[in-house]
Amino acid sequence: MTFAGWLTIAAFALILTLGALPLGTYMAKVYTGERVFLSPLLGRPERLLYRLLRAEEAKEQDWKSYAKSLLIFSLAGWLLLYAILRTQSAFFVPHGLNPLGFHSAPWNVTFNTTSSFVTNTNWQYYGGETTMTYLSQMLGLTVQNFLSAGVGICVAAALVRGIVARTGKGIGNFWRDIVRTILYVLLPISVLGAIVLVSQGVIQNFSSYLTAHTVTGLTQSIAMGPVASQEVIKELGTNGGGFFNVNSAHPFENPTAFTNFFEMLLVLIIPAALVFMYGRMVGNRRQGYAVYGVMMFMFLGGVIVAYIAEAHGSPAQHAAGLHTHAIAGSTGGNMEGKEQRFGIAGSALFDVVTTVTSCGAVNSAIESFTGIGGAVPFANLSASEVIFGGVGTGLYSMLLYVLIAVFIGGLMVGRTPEWLGKKLEVREIKLSGLAILITPLAALFATALAVASHAGRASVSALGKGPQGFSESLYAYLSQANNNGSAFAGYTGFIQPNAGNIGAHGVTSADVLGGLVMLFARFGPIVVTLAVAGALAGKRVTPVGLGTMRTDNTTFAVLLIGVVLLVGALTFFPALLLGPVVQGLTGHLY
Amino acid sequence: MRRDIVTSALAIVLFTVLLGIVYPLLITGVSQVAFPGDANGQKVYVNGKLVGSKIIGQSFRRPVLEKNGKPKEEEGELVTEADPRYFQSRPSATEGGAYNAAASTFSNRGPNDKVTKEEDEANAKEYLELNKPYDASLTVAQIPVDAVNTSASNLDPEISQANAWIQAHRVAAKRGLSLGAVDALIARHTDSRGLGFTGERGVNVLELNLALDRLTGGTR
Repeated sequence: MTFAGWLTIAAFALILTLGALPLGTYMAKVYTGERVFLSPLLGRPERLLYRLLRAEEAKEQDWKSYAKSLLIFSLAGWLLLYAILRTQSAFFVPHGLNPLGFHSAPWNVTFNTTSSFVTNTNWQYYGGETTMTYLSQMLGLTVQNFLSAGVGICVAAALVRGIVARTGKGIGNFWRDIVRTILYVLLPISVLGAIVLVSQGVIQNFSSYLTAHTVTGLTQSIAMGPVASQEVIKELGTNGGGFFNVNSAHPFENPTAFTNFFEMLLVLIIPAALVFMYGRMVGNRRQGYAVYGVMMFMFLGGVIVAYIAEAHGSPAQHAAGLHTHAIAGSTGGNMEGKEQRFGIAGSALFDVVTTVTSCGAVNSAIESFTGIGGAVPFANLSASEVIFGGVGTGLYSMLLYVLIAVFIGGLMVGRTPEWLGKKLEVREIKLSGLAILITPLAALFATALAVASHAGRASVSALGKGPQGFSESLYAYLSQANNNGSAFAGYTGFIQPNAGNIGAHGVTSADVLGGLVMLFARFGPIVVTLAVAGALAGKRVTPVGLGTMRTDNTTFAVLLIGVVLLVGALTFFPALLLGPVVQGLTGHLY
Repeated sequence: MRRDIVTSALAIVLFTVLLGIVYPLLITGVSQVAFPGDANGQKVYVNGKLVGSKIIGQSFRRPVLEKNGKPKEEEGELVTEADPRYFQSRPSATEGGAYNAAASTFSNRGPNDKVTKEEDEANAKEYLELNKPYDASLTVAQIPVDAVNTSASNLDPEISQANAWIQAHRVAAKRGLSLGAVDALIARHTDSRGLGFTGERGVNVLELNLALDRLTGGTR
C-alpha cells in the first residue's frame, strides 16, 4: 500500500461527489421538464423526434401504460440487435465494415449476447476483437449501450415521480423520458468524454488490423476499431461490455492511469447524481444526502478491503518464493492479472467501482484477485447492486430498500410506517419485498441448476480449481442476475472463440440459462418497481407529525445499511461460504 | 398497444441511426482531424517499417533458428528465446504466441491455484537465468512481481522501474554501454503517474528498446 494509492481513492471519492452534485441538479430539471442550459440547442431536435416517433409525449401515463411502452420498446431493441448480430457476414454488409470477414456467432451465443446488452448486463460469452465486426459493434452494441442505460434511468425517474405525485396516478411519460435521457444526459457527456478518451490514446478508426514487424524478427497483429465512441457509453451507462475481450485492461480501451481515473468517474457519475436528483425532486435534499452517505460508506468499505488484500499478495505468489512487499521501483502486491500503469490501487478501485454499479467492466482479472479481494465484488453483487448501483437501477433498488427499512423501523416503534408523507401499506411492502427477492432468487436458482448439470459439474471440479471452481459458477449467475456482466473469466461456460475467425462457440445450456436469468432479473424488478411507483402516486399526502420517522438522518442511514447487509447476508451467506470465504481463509493451494 | 408498437419500431430505427451511425462517425471525424496519431493507435515506425504500437506491449524474444537457418516451430508455433540485447516485457499468455494483439485474453490464474505457483516459478527461473549472469546477487525474492506475473490484458506495454533496473545490467553488458547510460535511458522512458498521483510509474519497453537501438544499432 502506498500513499499515492490511498490518495487516489480519497481524491476519487471527493471528485465524484463534487461532480455528481451539479449533475443531480441538472437531471432533476431534465426530468421535471424545466429549462436547462442545453434547451436552446436541443429543444428543436427533441420536438422533431417526438413528431417522427408519433409519440404522445405530453400525456401522463399510469404505471401499466408506462411499463407497456418500456417493455415493447425493449423487445423491439432486442429483435433488431439479434438480427444485426446474426447477419454480420451477410451479403449486404460492406467489406469495409467487416474487414476480417467474421462470421456471426451461433444462435445460442447471440441469444445470450442480445439479452445481455438489452438488459444493461453486457455479460460476454465472446471475445470482441475475434467475433464482432465494426458494424455490429457500433450499429448494434453501441446503440443498446445507450438505450438500455436510458431505460434504467427512466424507471428511476418514474419511481421518484410516484413518490412525489400529489394528484392522480400518472408517473410520467416513457417516450418523453427516454428521448430526454438520450438527448440531454447520455449523448452530450458521451461526445465530450469520447473526445477526451481519444486525446489520451483510445483509438477510433475503421482500419483493418495492423501487422507489425518487431525489431527482434517477430510479427504482431494488432486489432483496431471504433473504440472510443463505445468505450465512453460503456462506462457512462454502466454497461461494461468491452470492445476487446480483455475490456478496460486493453491499452486501446484504457491507455493510461488518467483514463483509468476518468473512466471510473464516468461509471459512477450518473448513479451518484441520481441520488442527489432524488433529494431535489422530493423537495428535501437531505433525503438524497442520507442515501448518498449510505452508499459512499459501503463503497469505501469495499475499496479499503480490496486494496489491502491485493497489496498483500496471493498464496500462489508466496509459495513460488516471491516477495510481494513494496520495494524501490515496484509496489509489489498481487500483480497477477493487473496492469503496471494502473497498479494495485487503480485496479482494486476500478474493480469495486464496476461491481457496485452494474457496469461490470474490468481493468484487471477478477479470477486472479486474492480470496478476500475477490470476495469484495461478491459482496457488492450480493447487496443487489444498491451501493450506487447501475444507472437508474441503483437508485430504484435502493429506494425499495428504503421502503423496507421504513417499514421495519415502523414495526419497531409500533406505528404505521410513513415515508415522505405517504403511508406505506400492504401493497407497497409486498411489491418491494418481491422486487428485492427476484434477483437473489434468479442468481441462486440458476447457480444450483448450473452446478447440478453435467457441464457445470465438470466446471466446478476442474483440476486445480478447489473452491474457486464453485466461485466461478456462482459469480457467473450472480453477475448475470444483477445485470453486472463482470466475470471470474475462468468459468468454462466461457468458450474462447477460435482464432480462425469463425465466431464464438457456445455452450447452449450456459448461454440460454444466462440469457433468461438476465431478462427475468432485469424486467421483473422493473415492472414491480413501476407498480410501486403507481401505488405511491395514488396516495394522499399526510402532513409530517411528531410520530413520523425521519428518513434523512444518521439513525436512519445506519438502519438502512443494516437492512441492506442483512438481506444480502441472509440470502447469500451459505453460498459465499463455499467459495470465496473458504478460499480467503486458507492459504492452501489447490 | 398498436401505437406503442409503431412508436417502438420508429424509435429503434431512429435511435440506431443517431447513436449507431451519426454519433460514432462524428467522433471518428473529430478524432481523425484533431488526434490522428492517438486515434490510429500510436503506430511506431523504424526506417518506414511498422514495428508496433507505442501503447501495445510486444515480445522482445527472437525466433530460435534451426541448423539450416530456418525458424524452429513446435506444434505450429514459433519457438522463441529472450533476446538478451533488449529489455524483456512481462510474461504474456495470449493464444497463438505471446503478445497476440488480435486476440487479447486474461490468463485467469487463480490466487490459490497450483498452476499459478508453477507458472510463477517457471517465469522466475527464466528471469534468473537471463539476468543472474550479469547481476550475481540476484535472488528470486528480489525479482519484482510484474516480471513474473502475467498482466490483465497480456498486452501490458510497461514494466516496473525495479524490473528495468535489474535488466539494465544485462543490456548494458550486451551492448557495451555503462550501467549509468542505460539507467539514464530508463529514467527518460519512465511514464509519470496520471494527474501526478494516480496509477503507478512504468517503463515503456518498446520506446526504451528503440532508444537503445538508436544509440548502439539494432540486431539487423
